[in-house]
Amino acid sequence: MQPFNYVRPTSLTEAIDLLAEHGPAARVLAGGTDLVIRLRDGTLSPSIVVDVKRIPELAPGIGSGDGGLIVIGATTTMTEIAAHPVIRRDLAALAEAAAVVGSVQIRNRATLAGNLCNASPAADTAPALLVHGATVVAAGPGGMRRVPLDEFFVRSGVTTLQPGELVTAIEIPARQARLASAHQRRTRRRGHDLASVTLACGVDGSDTARVAFGSVGPRPLLRLDPTGILADPGSSEADRAGVLDALFADATPSPRSMRAGPEYRLAMLRVLGRRALATAHERLGTGATA
Amino acid sequence: MTARIPISLTVNGQPRSLEVGAHHTLLEVLRDDLALTGTKECCLVGECGACTVIMDGRSVDSCLVLAVEADGAAVLTVEGLASPDGRLAPIQQAFLDKGAVQCGFCIPGQLLSAHALLEAHSHPTREEIEEGLAGNLCRCACYEQIFEAVESVANGGEPEATREPRAGAVDGIGGARAGARTSAEGLDQ
Repeated sequence: MQPFNYVRPTSLTEAIDLLAEHGPAARVLAGGTDLVIRLRDGTLSPSIVVDVKRIPELAPGIGSGDGGLIVIGATTTMTEIAAHPVIRRDLAALAEAAAVVGSVQIRNRATLAGNLCNASPAADTAPALLVHGATVVAAGPGGMRRVPLDEFFVRSGVTTLQPGELVTAIEIPARQARLASAHQRRTRRRGHDLASVTLACGVDGSDTARVAFGSVGPRPLLRLDPTGILADPGSSEADRAGVLDALFADATPSPRSMRAGPEYRLAMLRVLGRRALATAHERLGTGATA
Repeated sequence: MTARIPISLTVNGQPRSLEVGAHHTLLEVLRDDLALTGTKECCLVGECGACTVIMDGRSVDSCLVLAVEADGAAVLTVEGLASPDGRLAPIQQAFLDKGAVQCGFCIPGQLLSAHALLEAHSHPTREEIEEGLAGNLCRCACYEQIFEAVESVANGGEPEATREPRAGAVDGIGGARAGARTSAEGLDQ
């Protein structure tokens, strides 16, 4: 690995100043499960690595904010998210997605903010958070701002974070009606693998169903179905399939990916969409959790 | 630029203070600076689990942890599993008894993942065992015997062979061979 300087700021201001000062020569280190790989293989060669794990404002934790928000600290790990009773009860798709990221060892280090900032099209937590209407809280030289997650992703590895900004937390809004959600994915092998398709679905008793999916294009996508067909627990498979096909119209899986061919991904997108929708309906009906 | 950074951590119960390069991983420091070569280097991308250690109670791939990140942490490596008198931990003995060890390269990582799993769930289901060890690959494909070893500790407490103190590694190797034969016979049937 190429040498670099390592700093471990203990305040948000210090971290922002460091990122502003060093610009693109600085990289943020949270869980390291993506960054350290790329430091070693040379695809990244920052002159300074800023470890954000000892900044109190980014501390791991899952709590409540104003108006019943669920607030997840930037450095909260997948293990903590997957096991947390509130996440499992109210954000079932997120609990399921966090539980399948990498392996136990990866989940013990990988952070939620890292999964989003890495902006992999295959990030498993992204569809779940899109379905739940999550917002990214970013802090930078210009102060704090909130970015709806759907406006955060640009393409693989690129987000709308500005120079000097870093994510401090992820907020999930309280909803008047409970949103029942489910996550589904396909991988090449059972166990530890990246998703060939990753998808989440949510229904809340209204006419609008929410579907988000990734690993089938440059960024995860959120689509709403206002027709009421997906939201209707009694709609036919044929009607659902027609609506899902329309929602998946912008899926453009790469023909060059090693993990799966485009035809397979598009076919599985439909299968996972049907399954996740059925599970979400089941959960809405019974009030059951993940 | 490449100044060495002082860190203090506890490794297998012993406080250690040393200076590390910022770009050195915990894996490199354990093996090269602390001479704890039980932890293995293999894929270096967090897929194989050969470098698994326990850091502050959680299993991690030490190839993906910078040594400076372990400053202040308590680290357990395979060298710390057995008692100071050399008596193997129940999970180690179970691996030998079940013939879960062939070439042995992945075993330190497998043991630590199994250890972490059993600390979290004293009676894991088969599914939980498979998921708990999904981050540890075995090219000898001893998975069945490894799962059996974890199950035997989970279900029976101490496996038979640990009820009396053993002489140590020599007996252990014999146990592994006997186990390997048993499993090979199983394949013939």
